[in-house]
Amino acid sequence: MGKVLVYVETTGDTVAPVTFELLAAARALGGEVEALVAAPDPGLVAAQLGGADTILTMAHPALAPYLPEAHVAALAEAIKSRNPDTVLVGSTSTGIDVAAGAAAASGRPLVAYCLGLEPDGGAVVARSQVYGGKLVATTRTEGPAIFAVLPGAFKDAAGRAGGKGQRALLEPPAALGALHTRFVSASEPEPGIDITRAERLVSVGRGIGGPENLELAEELAQALGAEIAASRPVVDSGWLPRQRQVGKSGMTVKPKLYFAVGISGAPEHLEGMRDAELIIAVNSDAAAPIFEVAQYGTTCDLFDLLPALSERLKAATG
Amino acid sequence: MSKVEPGRVNEQEHLEFEGMDISGHWNRMFEQRVIWQHDTGALDRVTAITGAESLGYCYQCGKCTPACPVDAVGDYSPRKIFRRTQLGADLLDSPDLWLCTTCMNCLRVCPKEVNMISIMPAVREVAVAAGKVPPELQKAFENTFQHGNPMGEPARKRADWIAEAGAPVRLMPREKGPVDVLFYTECYWSYHPRGKDAARAFARVMAELGTDWGILGPEEKCSCDSQRLAGEKGLFEMVAEQNIATLDKYEFKRLVTPDPHAYNAFRNEYPKLGAEYPVQHYTQFLAPLMERLPWKRKLSYKVTFHDPCYLGRHNGEYDAPREMIRAIPGLEFTEMFRCKAQGYCCGGGGGGMWLDGFTAGHVSERLSERRVKEAVETGAEVLVVCCPYEVSRFEDAVKSTGNEGRLIVRDVIELVDEALHA
Amino acid sequence: MHIAVVLKQVPDLVEELEIDSAGTDIDRSFLKMKLNEFDDHALEQAVLLKESAGAQVTALALDSDGVDQVLHSAVARGADKAIKVAAGDGPFASRQAAPALAAAIRSLNVDLVLTGVQAADDVFGQTAPFLAAELGWPHVSVVSGVEPAGSAVRVRQEYSGGRMAVLEVDTPAVVGVQAAPQSPRYVPISRLRQVMAGGPPESVTATAGAAPAGTMVVALAKPEQAGGAEMISGSTDQVAERILALLSERGLLRG
Repeated sequence: MGKVLVYVETTGDTVAPVTFELLAAARALGGEVEALVAAPDPGLVAAQLGGADTILTMAHPALAPYLPEAHVAALAEAIKSRNPDTVLVGSTSTGIDVAAGAAAASGRPLVAYCLGLEPDGGAVVARSQVYGGKLVATTRTEGPAIFAVLPGAFKDAAGRAGGKGQRALLEPPAALGALHTRFVSASEPEPGIDITRAERLVSVGRGIGGPENLELAEELAQALGAEIAASRPVVDSGWLPRQRQVGKSGMTVKPKLYFAVGISGAPEHLEGMRDAELIIAVNSDAAAPIFEVAQYGTTCDLFDLLPALSERLKAATG
Repeated sequence: MSKVEPGRVNEQEHLEFEGMDISGHWNRMFEQRVIWQHDTGALDRVTAITGAESLGYCYQCGKCTPACPVDAVGDYSPRKIFRRTQLGADLLDSPDLWLCTTCMNCLRVCPKEVNMISIMPAVREVAVAAGKVPPELQKAFENTFQHGNPMGEPARKRADWIAEAGAPVRLMPREKGPVDVLFYTECYWSYHPRGKDAARAFARVMAELGTDWGILGPEEKCSCDSQRLAGEKGLFEMVAEQNIATLDKYEFKRLVTPDPHAYNAFRNEYPKLGAEYPVQHYTQFLAPLMERLPWKRKLSYKVTFHDPCYLGRHNGEYDAPREMIRAIPGLEFTEMFRCKAQGYCCGGGGGGMWLDGFTAGHVSERLSERRVKEAVETGAEVLVVCCPYEVSRFEDAVKSTGNEGRLIVRDVIELVDEALHA
Repeated sequence: MHIAVVLKQVPDLVEELEIDSAGTDIDRSFLKMKLNEFDDHALEQAVLLKESAGAQVTALALDSDGVDQVLHSAVARGADKAIKVAAGDGPFASRQAAPALAAAIRSLNVDLVLTGVQAADDVFGQTAPFLAAELGWPHVSVVSGVEPAGSAVRVRQEYSGGRMAVLEVDTPAVVGVQAAPQSPRYVPISRLRQVMAGGPPESVTATAGAAPAGTMVVALAKPEQAGGAEMISGSTDQVAERILALLSERGLLRG
C-alpha cells in the first residue's frame, strides 16, 4: 500500500473521535499515513495527530466554521497535490458532504459506509453496510479511491500514536476565496436533557406507533430510573425533542442499560448505541438488525410487555 | 328566521286583556331566544358532506347513548357528537371522529335514523384528505397500500401459515382449475400468530369434510372494509378493484371467509363496484356440515359467545355460530346479557383495530376489557369468537383485566378442531 | 423559486432480500420497491416550501419499474409536475445516475434541487453530492430544514452530538435532505387515483454515466451474526419475569 490520506474531522480545535479510528485504519493498511488538517489555524489540531506520519496543514479563514463546499475544495486540493493512493473520510454527517464531493472533484471512485478495510495485493477490499444494515457488500478497489468509513469500525487506540510526526504545508485552493456557502449561526444541543450521561435509557422507535403511546415507555423509564431516548423517526415526527435522539445526527450513548422499544436498528441508530453495556430490544420483527447488537431480545408485543414489566419493576423496587 | 324589529312592537306600560292585567316588560315574550345567536356553521359543514347529512336529523332523544359501547367506557355517543357539533366544536378536529367503531348499535335504536355507519366514513374521508389522520391509522393505510395488509407484513408470506397446517391447502395460483370453495383467508388469519392457529384448525376441519377448497395466497389482498370505514374510501376502491380482478381469474362456486368485515365487503360493498359473489361467512358454510363431522371427544367447557358486529347487526347472522357451538359435543353454553342484536363491541371495527393507542387516551378501559369482564360474569371458561380481530383483542384484555387462568379465548373453529382430535 | 425533487425507489426492507446467483447483487426478480424514505422527506420539504413561499415543484426520477406510481404520488402530494428520466436499463449507481438527472435538471431552469441524503443501496456514494458536482452547484447534505433567503436558501445542517448550524447557500444549489420539518403527509388514495387517471408522467431521455471504474462489488451477503441477541420467548408475563431477573442480577434496578 502506497500512501493513505486521512481527512481530519474537527469540532473547533477538538479532533473528532472518528479521525483516530481512520488513522488506525490507515496504519493497518500499511504505507505512509498522511493527515489533512484544513482549518484557519491548524496548529492546535495538528498537535493531536500522533498517529500520522505526515501532517498536512492547510490554513485559510474560510475553513471554519465548517462549510461543506470549503472542505470539499480543501480535500480535493490535497488529493491533487499529494496524489495519495487511498483517501479515508469518516462516514459521519460531515463525511457525506466531503467524501462524495471530493470523489466527484478528483474523479476517483468512492466506497461508502465501510465497516472494514483490508489490503489485498495492491487493491483494497472493503466491507460496507448497505440496505439498512441488512446486507454487507464486499468491494474490491484497484487504484486510487476514497473510502467513507463508519464510526466505530476501527479501534481508535492504534491511531493515536506511532506516526513520524512530519509536517507539510499545503496551499489553500483559490476556490476558498469565492465560496457560494456562508455560515449564519450554530446551535449546541439545548441544555437540560443530557442522555449521554444517563446510566439507563429507555429508547423509543417508530414501533411505538404514536405520541399517545409514549406514556408506556415513560412509565417504564420511571420504574427503571431511566431517561427517555429515541430514534430519529420519532424525533423527526416531533414526538420527542431532538436532545433525546440517539444515532448519527443525534447523541452517541454508552449507558449501562439500553432498553430499545420498537426500534428496528438502522445503521445510523446502531452507530450511536452499540457500545452500551447491556442492550435489551423489544421489536415485532425477529429479523430486525437491532437484535444483532442486543444481548437480549424479544418479539413480545410491546404494548403488552411494557406495562407488565413496569408493574413488576415497581413491585420489585417499591 | 328574521329578527324581530322593536320598532314594530306596540309597547304598552300597562295592558289589560279580557279583564286581566298582563302588564310586564314586553321583551319577555318577544326577545329572540339565545339559540339563534349561535353559529351553527360547524354542524352545517358536517351535514353538507355527502353521507353525513343524517347527523342533522338528531333530536337528542338520547336513546343511542346507553346503546353506544364507547359511551359505556367513556363520554361518547351520536347524541353527544351532534350536540358538541351543534355548539360549534369542529368534528374534523375532534377525537370524537375516531372513536366510533361503526358497531351499528345506535342505528338500531335511533328513531331518526342518524346513521353513523354512513356519517363516520364520510367525515373521516374529509379529515384524511386534509391530512388529519392519527399516525397509527395512517401507518395501517400506508401498509395496506404498499403490502396489501394493514400490518405491513410481506405479501409473499401471506400463505406461510399453510406449511404447519397438518392438512393440505391448495394454493390456487399454483394449482389452477375450478374449485368449490374459494377461501378468502384475510389478513389476521394469514399473519397474526393466533389467527394462523385458527386458519390451520380450519384447514384440518376442511380436510375432515373432504371439501374441495383453495386459497389465493400471495395474490389475496385485504378486503379493505375497515379501511373504508376509517375514512380511506379511495384505498378501499383501489384494492377492491385489484381483488375483483384477481377473483375474476378463478372459477369457484362460493366465496367463504372467516372475517365478518370481508364478508360485509363482499356482500354489501363489492356489488356497488359491479362484483357480486355467492359469499358466506365460514360459520354459515360450516354450520350445516357439523353433523357430518366425526367427533372424537367431548369438550367439557363452559362457554359463552361474542357476536361480531359485522356478522350480527350488520348482516343479521346470529344463528350459524351458535349452531356450531351447540354441535360441538360437551360444551355448556351461556349467553352474555348483551348478545345478538344487542351484542357489545370488541372495539376493533371501523378502524378501531388500528387506533388502540389513540382510543386509550379517551376511554376508561378498552371495549375488549369491558367485554371480557362480561364474559367472566357468565362463569364461562372459554370466550368463543368468530371474527379474526377478536382473538388477539380479547386475549390481551384477559391479561390486562387479570383474568388469566380464568378465561381463555378461542375461535369457534379451534374448538371444532379440538373435538375432532382425541 | 423552482424546485426539482429527485426521487428514487429502493427495495422495501420489509421483504426479505435474497442474493442473486452471482452473489454480488440482490435478486431483483421479485423485488418490492418503495420510495426512498429520505427522498420522501425531500419531497415533503419541497411541498412545505411551495406552501410557505410559493415555489413551483417538479418531481424527477429515473425510469424504472413502478416509478410512475412514485411520480404520481409526488403530484398527489403537491408537486406541480413529474418527469421520468429514461436513461436505459438500470439499476444505476447514484454516480451513474447523476449525469442523466443533471441533464434533465439543466433543461428545467431550477433554483434548487432537493433529494434524500442517502439511500439504502448507494454503496458507491450518495446522489446529492454527485449531482451537485455534475451541475457545478454548491451542495449541503444532512439538512433538516430549508427556507428561502433571497437569491439563496438557508439550510439547517445537522452534525453529530446534536449540534446544528444554519448555512446560507447561493442558488442554484443541491441539498441532501435528512428530514423535513414535519413527517411526510399522507396522500389519500382517491387523490392519487385522480392523478393516475391523467396518464403516465412526461418522459425525457438522457444518458447515464459510466459505472464507477476501479471498484466493484465482489460479494453481497447477510452480515455475520456477531453472536446476536438471545431471544426471550413465552407469554408476556414470562418475558417480563425474565427481563426483570436479567436487570436484577446485573444490579440495574432503580436503587
